[in-house]
Amino acid sequence: MQGMAGVLAADDLAARRGGRVVFAGLSLRAAPGDALLLLGANGAGKSTLLRLLAGLLRPVAGRVTWDGEDVAQDTAAHGARIRYLGHQDAIKSALTPHEDLTFWARLRGGDPHAALEALGLLALSELPCRTLSAGQRRRLALARLTLGDAPLWLLDEPTLGLDSASVARLGRLLAAHRARGGIVLAATHLPLPLPDARELAL
Amino acid sequence: MIAIFLREMRLALRHPAEALAAVLFFVIVCALFPFGIGPSPEALARLAPGALVTAALLAALLPLDRLFAAEAEDGSLDLLLTTGLPPAGLAAAKAVAHWAVTGLPLLAATPVASALLALPTEAWGVAMLALALASAILSLLGTLGAALTLGARRGGVLLPLLVLPLAVPVVIFAAGAIEAASGGGESRPFLLLLGAFLAAALPLAPLAAGAALREA
Repeated sequence: MQGMAGVLAADDLAARRGGRVVFAGLSLRAAPGDALLLLGANGAGKSTLLRLLAGLLRPVAGRVTWDGEDVAQDTAAHGARIRYLGHQDAIKSALTPHEDLTFWARLRGGDPHAALEALGLLALSELPCRTLSAGQRRRLALARLTLGDAPLWLLDEPTLGLDSASVARLGRLLAAHRARGGIVLAATHLPLPLPDARELAL
Repeated sequence: MIAIFLREMRLALRHPAEALAAVLFFVIVCALFPFGIGPSPEALARLAPGALVTAALLAALLPLDRLFAAEAEDGSLDLLLTTGLPPAGLAAAKAVAHWAVTGLPLLAATPVASALLALPTEAWGVAMLALALASAILSLLGTLGAALTLGARRGGVLLPLLVLPLAVPVVIFAAGAIEAASGGGESRPFLLLLGAFLAAALPLAPLAAGAALREA
């Protein structure tokens, strides 16, 4: 597993959205195996922080580092080490789950079949995604996390729409990821299956 | 990049209506000219080169405003931009896919449109060549326009306003090539100029579009 272990750090971050400062002076550190829960009211900047760490936004101030190196220096390397799960599921309704994961596996590496199996989607793998329920679509989005062993998972409301069996399945996935030395950062309002996660209030 | 191109093709095949709409638009616009101008072959043939190129470029514009907007709306664009793939590569794949999905069908419909406009048959070959180059340039310029107008409230209206002025030289050279061919003149210089335009747009448009996507 290349580069699985690494330390994520952010120093004195500030972010702005629509001209308004969402947060400033934010610092965090996550070592291999760590899980960080981002908590805060609506609009506190949880999603903004995740997008910033994913490299989708640039900080107004401060910097994000991985093992001491600024992630903005090498966006390709940073892209390879993160898996980002946004609010939306990024699903094309005309494709089947298997086609979707095959596409992402071509960009990310990994085995689409194993990813389908990990989220219990094998039975649905050949149906067009437009027939999937909201929870099933969320599971497909989660299945992409498992492709290609990335050390840093950035999750925005990962359990949105999931049933309890799927939440338990996600819990096993997160535990295995952390056992391998991976880091999880999750923004949530719902209880997550992340034992002894640290909390970061925004 | 190839993976993105192949996914675009697969999506286009699942929903062929969008590409077909552009082709039908092209043919119908060309079919309207004889009604407006009258069926006299001389008058039509005089107009045919310019009408053909203009109609093809307008038709190719139709699906452009969804090029990145659809990806942005369902969250795919965020995921694509977090893969570490250079945004310019993503834009290039999108431009090539747009040309394959709308440009190629337009070429296939060119003989029909040429016949409707009473273009002399000896100019059909040059017409297809000129439209192939012109539509490829438009796909590149249009990808740039789509990236720039992504997130703008009236992006669909803004896009043609941004792209069409840039396409003026394309119209001049492509129509010039077809006119030269139908009048028995030399169309080669026009086609070479179109080729030069394409050679410049090929690296520049994706790079600029990539920069725009990063800022969006």
